[in-house]
Amino acid sequence: MSSGMSGGTSTGPAAPPCEQQRKMQSTGEVRAIVQRLAGGFLPPLVALASAAVVGDLLILSFGEAPSTVFRLLVEGTWGNAYGIGQVLYKATTLACTGLAFALASRAGLFNIGAEGQLAAGGFGAALLGTLLPAGTPGLIAVPLCLLAAMLVGAGVGAVPGALRAKFGASEVIVTIMLNFIVLAFLNWIVSSKLRVPETLHTLPVVAGMVPRLADSFAAFRGSAANFTIVFAVLAAVVSWWYLFRTRSGYELRAVGLQPDAAEYGGVRVPRVMLVTMCLSGALAGLGGMNFVLGYKGYYEEGFAGGAGFLGIAVGLVGRNHPFGILGAALLFGTLSQGGLAVNAIVPKQLTDILTAVVILAVAVAVPEVQKQLRAAAANVTAAFYRDARNDVS
Amino acid sequence: MTMFASNASAIRMTGVVKAFGAVVANRDAFLDVAPGEIHALVGENGAGKSTLMRVLAGMYAPDAGTVQVNSKNVTGWKTQDAIAAGVGMVHQHFMLVPTLTVAENVILGMEPRKGMQVDLHRAVIEVESLCRKSGLHVDAKAKVADLSVGEAQRVEILKALYRGAKILILDEPTAVLSPPEVRDLWTVLRALKADGGTVVLITHKLDEVIAVSDTITVMRGGMTISRFATEGTTPRDIARAMVGRDVQLHLDAQSGADTCVAPAATESTAAPSALPVLRVTNISVMSDRGTRAVNDLSFEIRPGEILGIAGVEGNGQTELLEAIAGLRAMQSGSVQLSSQDFGTRSVRERADLGLSHIPEDRQRRGLILDYSIADNLVLGRQQHFGSFGALDTARIAINAVEQVRRFDIRPAMPSLPARALSGGNQQKIVIAREMGREFSVLLAAQPTRGVDVGAIEFIHAQLRLARNAGKGILLVSADLPEVLALSDRIAVMYGGRFVTVLPAAQCTAEQLGSYMTGAAV
Repeated sequence: MSSGMSGGTSTGPAAPPCEQQRKMQSTGEVRAIVQRLAGGFLPPLVALASAAVVGDLLILSFGEAPSTVFRLLVEGTWGNAYGIGQVLYKATTLACTGLAFALASRAGLFNIGAEGQLAAGGFGAALLGTLLPAGTPGLIAVPLCLLAAMLVGAGVGAVPGALRAKFGASEVIVTIMLNFIVLAFLNWIVSSKLRVPETLHTLPVVAGMVPRLADSFAAFRGSAANFTIVFAVLAAVVSWWYLFRTRSGYELRAVGLQPDAAEYGGVRVPRVMLVTMCLSGALAGLGGMNFVLGYKGYYEEGFAGGAGFLGIAVGLVGRNHPFGILGAALLFGTLSQGGLAVNAIVPKQLTDILTAVVILAVAVAVPEVQKQLRAAAANVTAAFYRDARNDVS
Repeated sequence: MTMFASNASAIRMTGVVKAFGAVVANRDAFLDVAPGEIHALVGENGAGKSTLMRVLAGMYAPDAGTVQVNSKNVTGWKTQDAIAAGVGMVHQHFMLVPTLTVAENVILGMEPRKGMQVDLHRAVIEVESLCRKSGLHVDAKAKVADLSVGEAQRVEILKALYRGAKILILDEPTAVLSPPEVRDLWTVLRALKADGGTVVLITHKLDEVIAVSDTITVMRGGMTISRFATEGTTPRDIARAMVGRDVQLHLDAQSGADTCVAPAATESTAAPSALPVLRVTNISVMSDRGTRAVNDLSFEIRPGEILGIAGVEGNGQTELLEAIAGLRAMQSGSVQLSSQDFGTRSVRERADLGLSHIPEDRQRRGLILDYSIADNLVLGRQQHFGSFGALDTARIAINAVEQVRRFDIRPAMPSLPARALSGGNQQKIVIAREMGREFSVLLAAQPTRGVDVGAIEFIHAQLRLARNAGKGILLVSADLPEVLALSDRIAVMYGGRFVTVLPAAQCTAEQLGSYMTGAAV
């Protein structure tokens, strides 16, 4: 295939005139960029379109008009400040777990442990929040709690990372199993030592609460939206910079694409795996702040509620790109909140099904689009060779 | 196209057109092969040879044109039909299951059975007898993942033979074979031919075309350009038809006679008494299979010297280079670059001390195919392109523009992924990265494997330039004429040792060949 597809020769009869070559290159580069953008946006759009079609069919089967239900869905989410606030709140956690999945994924690691890392991060933040002296200024307490959430998350991520790096143990299996261990351990420690009697949660934190958006923008009143979202967006920006603008990111992606080539390029592959799993765990742990310090003010059993697993879908739909993940988190946040909005006329599980359809559609669309992209890149090359040949003959 | 007419062709393809999107791989391709002949299909990278053969083997349906096998119109058939009709293809990139054994790979799809179970015992016996019969020697119980490239190639051929192939298509089979292996392959092919079999051989190497084929079809730009009877045709005729111009053929010098070739050792500027730049002392290295691949080996390379290692693939060359590069642990011994002992230094530290390495498998090790040309040009030196952990994208871009121009990488678009380039240009990226910087020792493994004639010319010139600039080069190549043409001294590696080290001026291919098979030990 390689020789056939890349079509052309490196010893073309003669180089075309310089001017023309430059023109060809620039059109070629523009074409490549357009194709890359299309590759980024196309799969989510395809996924959304198929979700809409399936949604229509489902709604019709309930004897309702799709237009009514979708209008309700939009009005209940993006139609008012409270709805927006709720979407933003849900998207915040999902962005963190999505980033966690994506970072590991870029290094060729499949982190299914975000659920446990998220819960552990939330626990770390809650614990420090209750231990700090009451009245510690937010400017000190919040960063400390943030650090605690990320460190505890990183600690949980380090386990599969170290086992993979040292013994080659599959991080998939280790992270799945570790979810059970971490969640069970947290439940035990909370229920036996730390909980408020008759409840499933810890004592409320005394310092480090993240302010609600409603404190600054009154319109959001009643919604759980809080300033953790700023940390989530920052985390996405830093992740992007780390992945694409730093040496470590260059090495991380190399390990994910071709570990043998990375090793040849002087990368210590096991070390990168360990560090990546720690960072991934830290990102998931950061998500725990959203519930604990941004919303409830305490750690509660089961607060993660599947947001760790949904992070896998967010990563997939966001194409493992930090900015794509912000978009995907908003999408899934919308669907999740939208379920409540339409509950009056159709079961709220409708949006769960839509979520599943989006995931399935993306799982199908992404490899297909990647294949197309590769073919497109080959086309650019071939076009160059063809033009070069035609110029001479 | 009456000139292609013959009464009963084994294969007749007429006016084949095959496009992939905007890329037209075959635009008007003809092929006519008589039964019982060895037919060479030659052309530069991207001339459309592989595509044409994939159409024949049923992997692609042609957009236009017809395909006849044994006078039956089979246009657009499927691979299963092709296999059933006795058409077997051995691909350039292996299609083997690495976690299975040789025998399991060979029988895959037509397993001998015992009740409901696969009869693995019989499989091993059958495969071993096929090995003996065909002269293709591989350990039937070895895992494919542990085989060298040359051995994997043999498994591919065995696979086709096991399926009863009467028409065997080989896509650049010798790219990975050493001269004795090539001779063995010729024996296999001639036996097949004597048995009434038909062979189509895709190759770049013109001396092979002359040595083994009966007829030759030359392709260029997706079209069939000309067809020769091998008798009375010279490599120069073929080369001219291939590229449409005269080419400087280093092979020309030796293709006729396997005689002594005096390399331009006298051009070397370094004094012969200079201290060695690379000193390898008593090193032993294990293979992945846990056998001793390199056995107590010592040698030195002086500045301005190319030490060529000839040898059948799988005699420890791969492990030796990986050990020197720091990619594989040594059991014992030491490696010194100038006066620096490598000890347990990392790959990166060795590179920073002046070690460059062109790895034998550029698609697995040498390049990250989904990275851009620019990003690939800094692989292994990423720590020098930035500060405080951040990458300096501007410097990476400038470096790319410079290297692309200096090493003539085409197309000259640094943002293209390496995957999109032809094999020759991919190799130029590796060459540019490893030779376009300060270094004192170069490990060059199969530097021209699967690369077209024009790029070979270029890469050889670069190696000579580096030698003349006082670099020490360790060259490993399965291509004996290449070793002969470039080296100052030639070592023959067999069973993990150097069985002989000779000045290149005193070597002949015949003599090296007997060392390589262990006959002259």
